[in-house]
Amino acid sequence: MEEVRRDLEEFEFEEKIYALTYWQLVWRKFRRNSAALLGGIILLIFYFSMVIFPEFFAPYYLEHIFLEHINAPPQRIHFIDKDGRFHLRPFVYKLTGAVDPNTFGRVYVEDKSKMYPIYFFVRGDSYKLFGLFETNIHLFGTSQEGTIFLFGTDRQGRDLLSRIIYGGRISLTVGLIGVFLSIILGTTLGIISGYYGGTVDNIIQRIIEFLTAFPAIPLWMSLAAALPQDWSSIKSYFAITVILSIIGWGGLARQIRGKILSLREEEYILAARIVGCSERKILFTHLLPNCLSHIIVIATLSIPGMILGETSLSFLGLGIKPPMTSWGVLLSECQNVRSVVQTPWLTIPVAFVIITVLSFNFLGDGLRDAADPYTR
Amino acid sequence: MVGFILRRILYIIPTLIGISIVSFVIINLPPGDYLTARIAQLELQGDTTSRHYLEQLRSYYGLDKPIYTQYFIWITHFIKGDFGISFEYNKPVRDLIGERLALTILLSVSTMLFTWIVSIPIGVYSATHQYSIGDRIFTFLSFAGMATPGFLLALVLLVFVLFRFGTSLLGLFSPEYVNAPWSFAKFIDLLKHLWLPVVIIGFSGTGSLIRIMRGNLLDILGQPYIFTARAKGLKESKVIWRYAVRIAINPLVSIAGMSLPGIIGGEMLTSIVLNLPTTGPLFYRALQMQDMYLAGSFLMFLTIFLVLGNFIADLTLAWLDPRIKYD
Repeated sequence: MEEVRRDLEEFEFEEKIYALTYWQLVWRKFRRNSAALLGGIILLIFYFSMVIFPEFFAPYYLEHIFLEHINAPPQRIHFIDKDGRFHLRPFVYKLTGAVDPNTFGRVYVEDKSKMYPIYFFVRGDSYKLFGLFETNIHLFGTSQEGTIFLFGTDRQGRDLLSRIIYGGRISLTVGLIGVFLSIILGTTLGIISGYYGGTVDNIIQRIIEFLTAFPAIPLWMSLAAALPQDWSSIKSYFAITVILSIIGWGGLARQIRGKILSLREEEYILAARIVGCSERKILFTHLLPNCLSHIIVIATLSIPGMILGETSLSFLGLGIKPPMTSWGVLLSECQNVRSVVQTPWLTIPVAFVIITVLSFNFLGDGLRDAADPYTR
Repeated sequence: MVGFILRRILYIIPTLIGISIVSFVIINLPPGDYLTARIAQLELQGDTTSRHYLEQLRSYYGLDKPIYTQYFIWITHFIKGDFGISFEYNKPVRDLIGERLALTILLSVSTMLFTWIVSIPIGVYSATHQYSIGDRIFTFLSFAGMATPGFLLALVLLVFVLFRFGTSLLGLFSPEYVNAPWSFAKFIDLLKHLWLPVVIIGFSGTGSLIRIMRGNLLDILGQPYIFTARAKGLKESKVIWRYAVRIAINPLVSIAGMSLPGIIGGEMLTSIVLNLPTTGPLFYRALQMQDMYLAGSFLMFLTIFLVLGNFIADLTLAWLDPRIKYD
């Protein structure tokens, strides 16, 4: 009896599966992969807080300079005060700096007589949300006379956490726009190459082979170095994304071509042709949607390379340049050993780069497995 | 086989021509040319003898001629072994790049060997112990390796090495050998210093190779012929190493050619951070100073090296895998 019931349940389950659409199946398979899910959630949080609302999530404005706090180390959050009393509301101590008479470097000590509780939704530097609404509310902060530098400050006395959040806006979007460009180029040429074959295919494949023969980083460096110095920040930002996608599209085009090569022999394409569909219709309404999941997977997996590329270029001073801020620009402050030894907290942006790249890799891996939900 | 090799060589020629054009375009990308700026500067100082010399250079490189003539002049010189002049160092490019290119190639090839030696056993372990604790740890490490930019790892390790060992491990040579002529002792000294940059550059490549090896081997282990091998009672180690790994390694050979660009890039960034006497720092400086003959020659040679690497990988693969057709 028990066995019959189980059989019946399995049957109903299978029935349900058959009723699901392709994307529902993909989602079913994807959500079972916990690493991919985690990666996706982290990226959602990053993009939400750094690309859409950095002004709100950052405790200070990007260029807010604290002359009293140059190269200050990260401030610690406390729950227990100097008398051993527990506070439900966390607080930071006042940070006072002095010049060390021996090394002439600045040293900071916590002044335990002054406590600044941390509040949510405090008023601080004013900003314009989406460039429209004037407001000054930040996610967290302390009172006006206190400071909160969770990741310390840089050598101009600017809060590193705020700079990382603002820098994410550039670092996280460079990859997206770069991938968008390579998708357009790669998909179009890949589909043409795979569908028409013959001479066109041959020429496109030679071009791709030729492009992939170039070492990416030296080529990026030369192109970035050739950008005119007097270009505005926005202009050079887009130039950098274009440079980053110059090599990337080749791999995408090649994979799409392979997919199209196998798809074009399918019966439904033959059927479409017999019915009298135009070439364009076959390409864009029959072939392209079938490659879509594939394209998404490749795109996700190629974003990390672009983020790392931007970081490397900016680190060398060839990519994004100040006053624009990206994670690479932040890291260029610790180019030499001395600054790494004296101000080790300036390497914190590395962690954000690594977490982002890891998340994209996990997400892409999960999507790749899920994109083919019919194998179980 | 001979026909296959010849055809591959024929394919290389248009690629090389294309590479030379791109390198030349990059040389000429920055607005204005170095000589004009230099002449203007010298005129301000009232220097006329150097001016004469620079004018000679200008007509020698055809800088007053249209761009396509300039290309032909440049490429003819290049084939003859004259790569132009580095204006920054006031020396022929040929004298500047030789040893640095050799060290870059040595470093890249060593890195490649390192990634193979490390990642094949780990990949095999991960595939044969799928989802075990070890596999999960290696999977995480290889993802972390793929996510860590080499130059940042270099920076962190640099600090660590400084504290732990002092300056003795930095650079590619001990101080007494830096300017010494090549000798056996200098070579041994080089080998002693090589491991640190090799590990740094190889870290990310190792990660992806482990993933690829693991995936390949998992595919192969599901094949019927492995089942047969087990069924007829072969030892497990023989099944894995002689039957499965032998086949799973083949795609890695073609990847070896494709992974060279990444290694070169990593080498370049790491060398800039560690200030190694390879192409990286000089190329970087040449770009900053817009010393374009120097930068262009580097780009050209590195790319030729990559093309040759791919060529060798193709030949090796054809030799290793009898299933590949030569036509």
